[in-house]
Amino acid sequence: MKILLMGNPNVGKSVVFNRVTGANVIASNYAGTTVEFTKGSMKLGAERAELIDVPGTYTLEPTCKAEEIAVEMLGEHTDGDVVINVVEATNLERSLNLTLQLLKRKIPTVVALNFWDETKHKGISIDNKKLEEILGVPCVPICAVTGEGVNHLVEKIKEAKPSGYEYEDNQRWQKIGSIVDKVQSVTHRHHTWLERLGDASVRPLTGIPIAAAVMFLAFKVIRFIGEGLIGYVGEPVFEKLWAPVMMKLSAVMGSGGFLHDLVIGQLIDGEIDFGQSFGLLTTGLFVPIGAVLPYVFAFYLVLSLLEDLGFIPRLAVMVDTLMHRLGLHGFAIVPMLLGLGCNVPGALSTRILETRRERFISATILSIAVPCAALQAMVVGLVGEHGVGYIAIIYGTLFAVWVLLGVIFNKTIKGESPEIFLEIPPYRIPYMRSLGKKIWIRIKWFLKEAIPFVLLGVLIVNLLYTFGIIQFVGKITAPVVTRVLGLPQDAVGALIVGFLRKDVAVGMLIPLGLTIKQLVIASVVLAMYFPCVATFTTLVKELGVVDMLKSATIMIISSLIVGGLLNLILP
Amino acid sequence: MTETKAIRVSLVQMRPGQKGRIVEINGGYGMACKLDALGIRTGKEIKKISEQLMRGPVLLQQNQTQAALGFGMASRILVEVNGEDKI
Repeated sequence: MKILLMGNPNVGKSVVFNRVTGANVIASNYAGTTVEFTKGSMKLGAERAELIDVPGTYTLEPTCKAEEIAVEMLGEHTDGDVVINVVEATNLERSLNLTLQLLKRKIPTVVALNFWDETKHKGISIDNKKLEEILGVPCVPICAVTGEGVNHLVEKIKEAKPSGYEYEDNQRWQKIGSIVDKVQSVTHRHHTWLERLGDASVRPLTGIPIAAAVMFLAFKVIRFIGEGLIGYVGEPVFEKLWAPVMMKLSAVMGSGGFLHDLVIGQLIDGEIDFGQSFGLLTTGLFVPIGAVLPYVFAFYLVLSLLEDLGFIPRLAVMVDTLMHRLGLHGFAIVPMLLGLGCNVPGALSTRILETRRERFISATILSIAVPCAALQAMVVGLVGEHGVGYIAIIYGTLFAVWVLLGVIFNKTIKGESPEIFLEIPPYRIPYMRSLGKKIWIRIKWFLKEAIPFVLLGVLIVNLLYTFGIIQFVGKITAPVVTRVLGLPQDAVGALIVGFLRKDVAVGMLIPLGLTIKQLVIASVVLAMYFPCVATFTTLVKELGVVDMLKSATIMIISSLIVGGLLNLILP
Repeated sequence: MTETKAIRVSLVQMRPGQKGRIVEINGGYGMACKLDALGIRTGKEIKKISEQLMRGPVLLQQNQTQAALGFGMASRILVEVNGEDKI
């Protein structure tokens, strides 16, 4: 038996899904968090049923790719399947539009009235028994984030039945109006401070300063937490606890030889240097856990907080005019923000955009000019020693490339960019438990993706050096790497490994003893020249092979141009 | 112009904070569908929340729903506002 969770975007389907299955999927306070369906299993009495978290849709006449997926999934249902229609109780009229369309399909349905607690603050009272009578299907009030009513909802699944409610399509809104009149009464009440803040952050006069302040604060907090965790937790744990263990192991393995160098790496002045040794158990563990994880945690803490609050759609409105210059609209800021954590979820979320043109532009400028957290953490660690100014040059260059490429694409690729059309959810106080859960999902995902690839990267670095491949490729590519980019021949090793993991690639620059100018150029080129393999496969899937080839050509050419220019300009 | 006479203006011409009733949507089927899905259609009372600089998006509220729509879309939605609310 299959149970489909369906409803408008941002009504809390994913929260219900997590509650019922005990699974972990990302839920946020904006439309379009779920762009793929997620399956989970749940207990229903003695049986097990399959629960499917379907992307949100306003109607069964789809308007974007995520909505198409939803409608397709509904089409694939078989006898005995059930739909749980999650609706926003605070927004009954609009939600019922989809509900009535669903009921017409004659699939057994249960309606879950989510945000039941919020109706009370908003002075809305809904008679759910009466609604049940009219629609002819169970209607259960729930509050998904706290879990209230969710058990009751699960019990009601077996009472789900096809509705006997009949109407003509062109009468739908009139019918909805009359249903709402019968079951809902609204009492007047004053604006809450959250609503005032919500309105203030979309007025230009107050909204622009608010958005600027939030972004500035976000960067400050991420750096503070990230650096604090590295300085007080990551480094001490590795230096004080792990290094002695590794030194003992090194002695056992004879302090040298091929196997020793693979596992422990090169000893620097008889000691382990987690940045430079490049052994699987030293640098291979330190890079993902000691150096990158603290920043990944800090980034996702701040991002998740802003998501659950409901800030992201408001930011989308504020940047809409800028994004139109790049051939996109404001909502395209979502893939970019997600991409600052990891380009893979960023590339996936380009599905919230309506046209192929927008998806190509956003995916391309994302993978060229939006550095992931792993790369950023290593770059900040490496370049930061030489002063914040150099970090500013790197970020400034990438931002300029991002804007410039977007403008060029907008002028050269045929087609128009659609206008923004976006629901703005109310600000909501994040519920700490679901926030914690979300951060944990993302951290777990990072560790699972990063550690194997970092280890593989370190292994390959060792093999490349042992067999003299880096020296060989270095000679061949010298005209480009040395003449155009002004980097030493050995830096080509970082470009090879960068295809696997960008953080390991930056780490490979440490033993090369580069000048600060070379570090800046190498960091920018590593960010731009090609996506890592995980992003690459995602992009092939999202864009198709032909568009991905175009995109990759643009990446390589633009990174050479920008790297070359930096080499000429920087003192 | 008398004080009570209703005036037709586009969503773009309304002042932030002003209320009115949608009387005409001059858009294709796709645009009408998208608006319709959020409950924005002819006959509905709406309130304009804000507008962004340089022909940026317009924010409006209908019932409990707030939506942002592009300038072009907003200029094709005609709203009847009360005459005493000067524009």
